[in-house]
Amino acid sequence: MSEIVQLKSPKKNQATIKHDTQATQPSPQNLQSYAARLDSIRKQLAAKKGRDYWRSLEELADTKEFQELMHREFPDNASEWNDPTGRRKFLKLMGASLALAGFTACTKQPTEYIAPYVQQPEAVVLGKALYFATATTLNGYAMGVLAESHEGRPTKIEGNPDHPASLGATDIFSQASILGLYDPDRSQTLTHLGDVATWPDFVAAARASLKAPASQAAPGGQPQSTAGGLRILTENITSPTLAYQIQLLINSVPNSKWHRYEPAGSDNAIEGARLAFGRAANAIYDFSKADVVVSLDADFLSCGPASVAYARQFADRRRLEEGKTTMSRLYVIESTVTSTGAVADNRLPVKPSEVESFARALAANFGVGVQPSPINDAHRRWVDAIAKDLKAHGGASIVIAGDAQPPIVHAIAHAINEKLGNVGKTVRFTNPIEAGFGGEAGVSSQLQAHTIQELVNDINAGLVDTLVILGGNPVYNAPADLNFIEALKKVRLRVHLSHYQDETSELCHWHIPEAHYLESWSDARAYDGTISIIQPLIAPIYSGKTAHEVLAAFTDQPSQTSYQIVQGYWRKYFDGGFKEPAPPSTAQSSSQAATGQSPASASQTSGAAPASQTNTSRTSTASQSGSAPTTSPPQQKAPVDTTAKGYEGDFNKFWRKALHDGFITKPSDNSRAGTEQSSASFAVGQGLASVASAQASEGLEIVFRPDPTIHDGRFANNGWLQEAPKPITTLVWDNAAIMSPATAARLGLGTTSNGIATNKLGYIGGEFVVDQVDLTLDGRTVRAPVWIQPGHPDDTVTVYLGHGRTRAGRVGTGQGFNAYAIRPSTAQWFAGGLQIAKAPGSYSIVATQLHHLINAEEVGVRDIIRSSTFEEYLRNPGGEETNAGAAHEAEAKPTGKTKALVSEQHPSLYPEDDYSQGYRWGMTIDLNACIGCHACIVACQSENNIPVIGKEQMARRRGMHWLRVDAYFKGNPTNPETYFQPVPCQQCEKAPCEVVCPVAATVHSAEGLNDMVYNRCVGTRYCSNNCPYKVRRFNFLLYQDFYTASLKMLRNPEVSVRSRGVMEKCTYCVQRIQEAKIEAEKQNRPVQDGEIVTACAAVCPTKAVVFGNINDPNSEVARLKQQPRNYSLLDLLNTQPRTTYLAAVRNPNPELQE
Amino acid sequence: MPDDLRDSTQSDLTITPPAVIEPGHTFASVTDKISTIVLTRRTPMWWFIGAGISFLFAMILFYTIGYLVLTGIGIWGNNMPVMWAFDIINFVWWIGIGHAGTLISAILLLLRQQWRTSINRFAEAMTLFAVACAGLFPLLHTGRPWLAYWLFPYPNTMGVWPQFRSPLIWDVFAVSTYATVSALFWYVGLIPDLATLRDRAKRLGAKKIYGLLAMGWRGSARHWARYEVAYLLLAGLATPLVVSVHTVVSFDFAVAQLPGWHATIFPPYFVAGAIYSGFAMVLTLAIPLRKFYGLEDFITMRHLKNMAKVMLATGLIVGYGYMMEAFMGWYSANTFEQYLVYNRMTGPYAVFYWSLIACNILIPQLLWSRRVRNNVPLLFVISIVVNIGMWLERFVIIVTSLHRDFLPSSWGMYQPTIWDWSMFLGTIGLFLSLMFLFIRFLPMISIFEVRTLLPQSKVSEPGTNEA
Repeated sequence: MSEIVQLKSPKKNQATIKHDTQATQPSPQNLQSYAARLDSIRKQLAAKKGRDYWRSLEELADTKEFQELMHREFPDNASEWNDPTGRRKFLKLMGASLALAGFTACTKQPTEYIAPYVQQPEAVVLGKALYFATATTLNGYAMGVLAESHEGRPTKIEGNPDHPASLGATDIFSQASILGLYDPDRSQTLTHLGDVATWPDFVAAARASLKAPASQAAPGGQPQSTAGGLRILTENITSPTLAYQIQLLINSVPNSKWHRYEPAGSDNAIEGARLAFGRAANAIYDFSKADVVVSLDADFLSCGPASVAYARQFADRRRLEEGKTTMSRLYVIESTVTSTGAVADNRLPVKPSEVESFARALAANFGVGVQPSPINDAHRRWVDAIAKDLKAHGGASIVIAGDAQPPIVHAIAHAINEKLGNVGKTVRFTNPIEAGFGGEAGVSSQLQAHTIQELVNDINAGLVDTLVILGGNPVYNAPADLNFIEALKKVRLRVHLSHYQDETSELCHWHIPEAHYLESWSDARAYDGTISIIQPLIAPIYSGKTAHEVLAAFTDQPSQTSYQIVQGYWRKYFDGGFKEPAPPSTAQSSSQAATGQSPASASQTSGAAPASQTNTSRTSTASQSGSAPTTSPPQQKAPVDTTAKGYEGDFNKFWRKALHDGFITKPSDNSRAGTEQSSASFAVGQGLASVASAQASEGLEIVFRPDPTIHDGRFANNGWLQEAPKPITTLVWDNAAIMSPATAARLGLGTTSNGIATNKLGYIGGEFVVDQVDLTLDGRTVRAPVWIQPGHPDDTVTVYLGHGRTRAGRVGTGQGFNAYAIRPSTAQWFAGGLQIAKAPGSYSIVATQLHHLINAEEVGVRDIIRSSTFEEYLRNPGGEETNAGAAHEAEAKPTGKTKALVSEQHPSLYPEDDYSQGYRWGMTIDLNACIGCHACIVACQSENNIPVIGKEQMARRRGMHWLRVDAYFKGNPTNPETYFQPVPCQQCEKAPCEVVCPVAATVHSAEGLNDMVYNRCVGTRYCSNNCPYKVRRFNFLLYQDFYTASLKMLRNPEVSVRSRGVMEKCTYCVQRIQEAKIEAEKQNRPVQDGEIVTACAAVCPTKAVVFGNINDPNSEVARLKQQPRNYSLLDLLNTQPRTTYLAAVRNPNPELQE
Repeated sequence: MPDDLRDSTQSDLTITPPAVIEPGHTFASVTDKISTIVLTRRTPMWWFIGAGISFLFAMILFYTIGYLVLTGIGIWGNNMPVMWAFDIINFVWWIGIGHAGTLISAILLLLRQQWRTSINRFAEAMTLFAVACAGLFPLLHTGRPWLAYWLFPYPNTMGVWPQFRSPLIWDVFAVSTYATVSALFWYVGLIPDLATLRDRAKRLGAKKIYGLLAMGWRGSARHWARYEVAYLLLAGLATPLVVSVHTVVSFDFAVAQLPGWHATIFPPYFVAGAIYSGFAMVLTLAIPLRKFYGLEDFITMRHLKNMAKVMLATGLIVGYGYMMEAFMGWYSANTFEQYLVYNRMTGPYAVFYWSLIACNILIPQLLWSRRVRNNVPLLFVISIVVNIGMWLERFVIIVTSLHRDFLPSSWGMYQPTIWDWSMFLGTIGLFLSLMFLFIRFLPMISIFEVRTLLPQSKVSEPGTNEA
């Protein structure tokens, strides 16, 4: 611009001079007329507004004056102006008015005020993340987490190292919950009959519903209810506050009742305890002390509220480091393929109904008084071997039953544990942590399938006027035989609180958007009873409400916030000497006497909220809500302040500490406040003997299981979970009728390869073209694609619940088939009498791995997975040289030897890099610890802004996950050994990708990282072709959603968001490395071991992934790389990967070797 | 007329090869015959039909390119293990086709094979157009084609050079050099004929355009002397390029460590394959051309037979390449190589492999037979078969190697989408369109060089007037 001015200015001067010489004295007339003309133009300009102006500009441009103004470089008489600023002013004016005219033609932007921090909160440093302790819940059970917050928006979930259910790790659901917060499909407004309504509208309706007498007669001429008729349907609840609130409401409203329905709950476990002990109980196991574990269809490593903690304990007991010579042994008797079965030392696939007879036969060995049940010889051999092993490890063993098994199996497991002396050592019992099992009044019967049945019966009997559904989606997932939809339609007032406008919302009068846990105040218990306060990190994005607030709407204090409610409850707890407050029980009769009155009297006694009704509005950051932020990343989290012996009666101290720690600690013993632990009082009674053994069913059986990634369907709209491969099957975006090769062959399904029935490979990448079948159970039919899975028990079909949603959102709607459609209330987990008919046509299903291609021979020859038995390991920790045939060269494998030696063996054309100074990042992945839970995949996706690409693109094998977990099978396809192998970028020192990149977009860092420069990448994809590990991911299309506003908040600000045409891959979370390095440099010290934890390592429940500086001989990663089990993947290619693997070791019972 | 009855060019030979030009032609008749094709006002109807169809496909190409650039290469079937597919298959295929032109023009010129004269012009044109088609693919196969210029070493504010260890950079140099030299060679060779057309053109526009392109050629002895030197120099320059281009293209694969790519046989085997496919394409084009334009006098049976023999020879080299690939796979005792060979022969793409063997090795063996070499329709069919076979070869090399490499967990399948096909057929359309334009507006046979074949051109000093 300045150049132009410079160039032009001489000309201007010239012209001015010319004018000066030619023109006469400026006449005031001329000046006046010019001013007048300008005025008129200005007026015209002023008269025109907004969009019209563009048209009128042309009109204006046609006027003589304007033409003259525009055409001539200077208006006439310009030279006459004495004041040089006048001309400039005119030009400015002209320019400004034109510019303004143009601007006004654009869409008017709403006024937005950007307010900087007037007083910057102490802990907030822009660009630096804060961590807040809170808790996420699944099925009601809490998992303590630390939520990472960037300038007030949560971006990542990490485990809370101090929380017993987390121990620093999390499961995939917690990881993906962050996407749930920002899901653009979340319900955004409160609606009444489909129209937008306000919260006060709802409060008014809620209050009115309690007053209004039942208007219509019940069908069948039964006596109509007198008043109230309030029913609350919830999912499983462990929240003390919520349970208290429900209790209060139930007590205050006549004819009210609380029903619970959790489609994938653990009723059987509770009922099993009741059968064994005569009362409900919660069993807690300690796998770190168990030498022998027998799982009776229990997928304890990947399902259930304690799976993360159990996985850690289990892996710890089996960690083979530094010459450890003991290792636990896991027997799994299971009716489907699970991660737990995959890592078992001895796995026996059985039909689901056979587990009970197996358990009975096992119990007979320990003198447990149960009726015997016939079992076949093969199982007998297993029973004998297991019984022998268990007896040898009394007090250090665990028998655990799965939630899918009937109560008697749980009872038998408890009885065996008792006989073995495990109780108090590896098993302990507490009172149930779920609310509603304490014999409270107004609670529907115990088993959840029964309680929803009771609800349906009551509705049909005309006893229900108002139904409040807090969370859950019963229209979708209620047992098929209950006909819940028809019943629901009979209720006069139906209220539904949920995250999405789902199937149930559609049939409810009121739909209330539910606040995400990162937006809510609440509380919940972990599997062992530890109570966490759930604190928000952000104000509800869509004005969502919590269940606390919805329940409050039915009371006299409808405007209470959940903060007030939750804090009020805990104030009461604190004031009451750390005793959980019991709600005042109001006799039903006296409540009924209050018919027609406002239930005010009861509500007044509630006191669930502090008396003060000051306008304590929630603020956007939790730091302002009284919580204590953790400024350091979770790994460096300060230890719990143990010096605080008590709270000196200061509730605020207690509250702040509870929020800071992520759970409530009692001052007296510094233990985690929770359910009373009273193992001694749990003794197995004689109830078991009376339970008749179930009749073994002939023919096909069906197994219902919650989906490994989208659970019971609540995560159906979560793209990360839909796209996360299901462990072992690696299916994405679909469920299937999973069956064994033999069963498929018998039914004529699938295709045959090498004499084994397998899935038919499609043509476009990861697609399989599979048969469809009609599954018929009790007269109800659903059509499902068939997936043939090695290791699945014969004559059994597994279906995952949670798919086939009709109103899940853009992501989840219509993916897969709805298995609930055939799930009966009488047999929620498995049933016999399944009929299968092959349906016409085929179905395209996507798996990320083409298993059927892998037979053990090929894998073995390729030296991908190294494994040995424990005996072999003890003999030769370096592993048997059984795979020598794979080696390109005849020389011995460089396992466990130094890199220098490797280089000597495999000389390279390129000069050796010197990594001896500074940092040398590396990783080890312990195949012995990996349980294939896939949490690392979702954690990586969350940390590194990895997009979701959808089923069609996944079918083309274009998955973007930077990390994959491969599953390899070994042995007989009817019951193979399964090995998991997470494969991130191997960060080769001699990286094949680097030499072939034409633009140097992938280069080596001085610390040995194989860096990817996204900006430089032009997308030739040569690097991927030359990568033997195939860990590079290419943006074939524009996979990132750059436009959805809510998803912008989701992203990690420290990681580039990649656009299309660019290659990307694992970077060892280089942003975390840099952050730690900067921090260390500031303090003038080297980065300490453990300071940098990659996302995959942080989330890993079993600590299978270890990252660190190899140059530091004391670092854990360097130590692990010295283990004899250490090996590099595809070592013979001389890529010298920084990621190495520790060979898997299994400890099978020699007696059960085939 | 039986071709062994006369020898129109080399009377000193005792064994007389078949004629490279039919008897009875004079300088004038040669010039007339060839230049009339260009200068006539009557464009034959079949030209319009053929050009129209070709244009249609060229339009499909442009549409595909537009959609591709706007959407991303995800519209193709390329996927995770098979990151390269039709894009690189077609690139290599077109580059291979582009080999015959320069080989015929340059190497045969240097080897003084006079029979090249009547086919070199359109073979060179074919080279140019094939290279143009080939060049589209490496450019458009990139994820961000608008940044593909980063592959060129130019001083830039980023301060970054290309990464010279990458064969793709070598490719850039090899292909662009080849394209440049081929274009120059072709154009230099055209100049005397353009002057002829200028002189014979009746219409003003044609006169002007040809005049402009003829660059003031007057046919003076000095011009001819300069021309001869320049042409010979260019031939010398182009000759190593014939070998280098496909050698470098083969490095794209051979340098990678992928089983099925990482083989030392690749350079010679690729060059032979390129010549093989190039000659096949020349035959595919020459046979209909001589038929439609009645050019049997200039493109004689001798040409066809010679080309058939070159095909047979290069085809055998290619066959040797296949054999060595399989042999080395077995002999290396390398699991991955062994599996690769096994998978090629019996895996999901086995049908492509065996079709390739049939097309490139088995069927061309018919060319051993003199009867077959004399059978023009059969030659045409065989040339098409070889074209298909060479395309299949690239498919087999690229797709079957990529789809199952080291780790079985990352194995996948590949299937082209409609956009892969539209891109491929579109380049064929573009190629044919350019070809149609070429035969309509430029002399497809070198007029002045064919004149030198006439006995009349033989002056007393043989050898001085070779070109």
